[in-house]
Amino acid sequence: MNTPSEAQNGPETGPAGMNRRQLLRHTAWFGAAVALTVTSGEVISHIGGTPAAAALAHDPHALRFVQLSDSHLGFTGPANTDVTGSFTHAINQVNTLGFRPDFVMHTGDLTHLSTPAQFDQAHHMLSELRTGAVFTVPGEHDSIDDHGQKYRATFGAGTSGDGWYSFDIQGVHVIALVNTLALEKLGHLGTDQLTFIRNDVAKLSSDTPIVVFSHIPLFAMYPAWGWGTDDATQALSYLRRFSSVTCLNGHVHQLFTKTEGNVTFYSATTTAYPLPHPGVGPGPIPVTLPAGQLGAALGIRDVTYQPGQHTLAIRDRRLP
Amino acid sequence: MKQLRTGLVIPAVAVVAGIVVGCGGPATTTPGAVPPAPVVSDQVMPGMSMPAAGAVSGQDAPVAPTTVSIQNFAFSPATVTITAGTTLTWTNHDQDPHTVSAMSGAFHSPTLSTGQSYHYTFTTPGRFEYLCTIHPFMTATVVVTP
Repeated sequence: MNTPSEAQNGPETGPAGMNRRQLLRHTAWFGAAVALTVTSGEVISHIGGTPAAAALAHDPHALRFVQLSDSHLGFTGPANTDVTGSFTHAINQVNTLGFRPDFVMHTGDLTHLSTPAQFDQAHHMLSELRTGAVFTVPGEHDSIDDHGQKYRATFGAGTSGDGWYSFDIQGVHVIALVNTLALEKLGHLGTDQLTFIRNDVAKLSSDTPIVVFSHIPLFAMYPAWGWGTDDATQALSYLRRFSSVTCLNGHVHQLFTKTEGNVTFYSATTTAYPLPHPGVGPGPIPVTLPAGQLGAALGIRDVTYQPGQHTLAIRDRRLP
Repeated sequence: MKQLRTGLVIPAVAVVAGIVVGCGGPATTTPGAVPPAPVVSDQVMPGMSMPAAGAVSGQDAPVAPTTVSIQNFAFSPATVTITAGTTLTWTNHDQDPHTVSAMSGAFHSPTLSTGQSYHYTFTTPGRFEYLCTIHPFMTATVVVTP
């Protein structure tokens, strides 16, 4: 078996931190992966036959946003002895992209232990992003023992229910979901949130591009470790009529992509520490990489949507 | 998947055999409750410099264990049978935080960081399913007999 460090840093390393054999195996397990290429430290997705570079051409009407995830402020293990420093690097990377993203979404696990001090730190650090707006969804580390109350006190303004919401921007409909609150083995949306989704999209035309954010994947990435959402199928059924649905999640601390019909799922990497590939080892235990290799496992993601294009261009960048 | 698991299952079986022989086969120790600790990968070994490692050694496992180790995202033993009035102690040996939370709400630990323990005295007979609220795929059971 490959050690995690080999898998993520070997010469055959692929875009999802997997070597070619692992990538093939994952593809066999989970369905077709979109084509990805690695270019000078970046991973560029080519979706629907459209090279990302073309979609990234300057267009004042394009929507451009950034996804950050799993910063775990307050974590102190050997897998990353300075998560604050890593998150600072990620924020600096966003601020030096060369364009000002329309918004930045953090897909959860801002904090490690849901303490008031950690929420204050997360809020302060996110305020340093140069962007049009900052959005978040909670991770299970942001909702320990209080059903997300402290999270919502810090980040829940303008949200519905337990913290979910949606908005429209540049022709794209964005839905931000909360699937970390229920005492279930897997992520769980619940009846109220499912109703919200159904009503939220009812008025939209089917050619509206849909982007869905959640912390835990909405696909079954590895249910034995809780890497899935038990009622996601119901949620996705409301989105089936849309021609383009893109689901962006965190939680798994590694890049992974899967397409099911009209929906493409993208798991993001982390700004804190890597986790093992699905099923490798006894559990999702933080991976301590050899000195100097952590940065390559961390990163940010930027996404571009050009009006008239069918799909979104997604680029994952490693931390410098 | 099968290739990966083969490498884990073999040493785990060896450990089970060793403990059964060493203990003289106490009827209350179920094979499924043997902690997977001996197959831990190297990367988490630094975390094991924490106290109460004896709880997972298995060498002097009592007939009715009163300690539960939280390690590698699992409760070990996964099922504990005790008599009413017994106090159980859970200790977190992982880098990650965990909780000990009854699905019925009967007991609920605070967040346990590395090395921290939680005690609970069971006064009522019954079967108590519990989990870690942060990682709810971690489930286990306490059976309390009169």
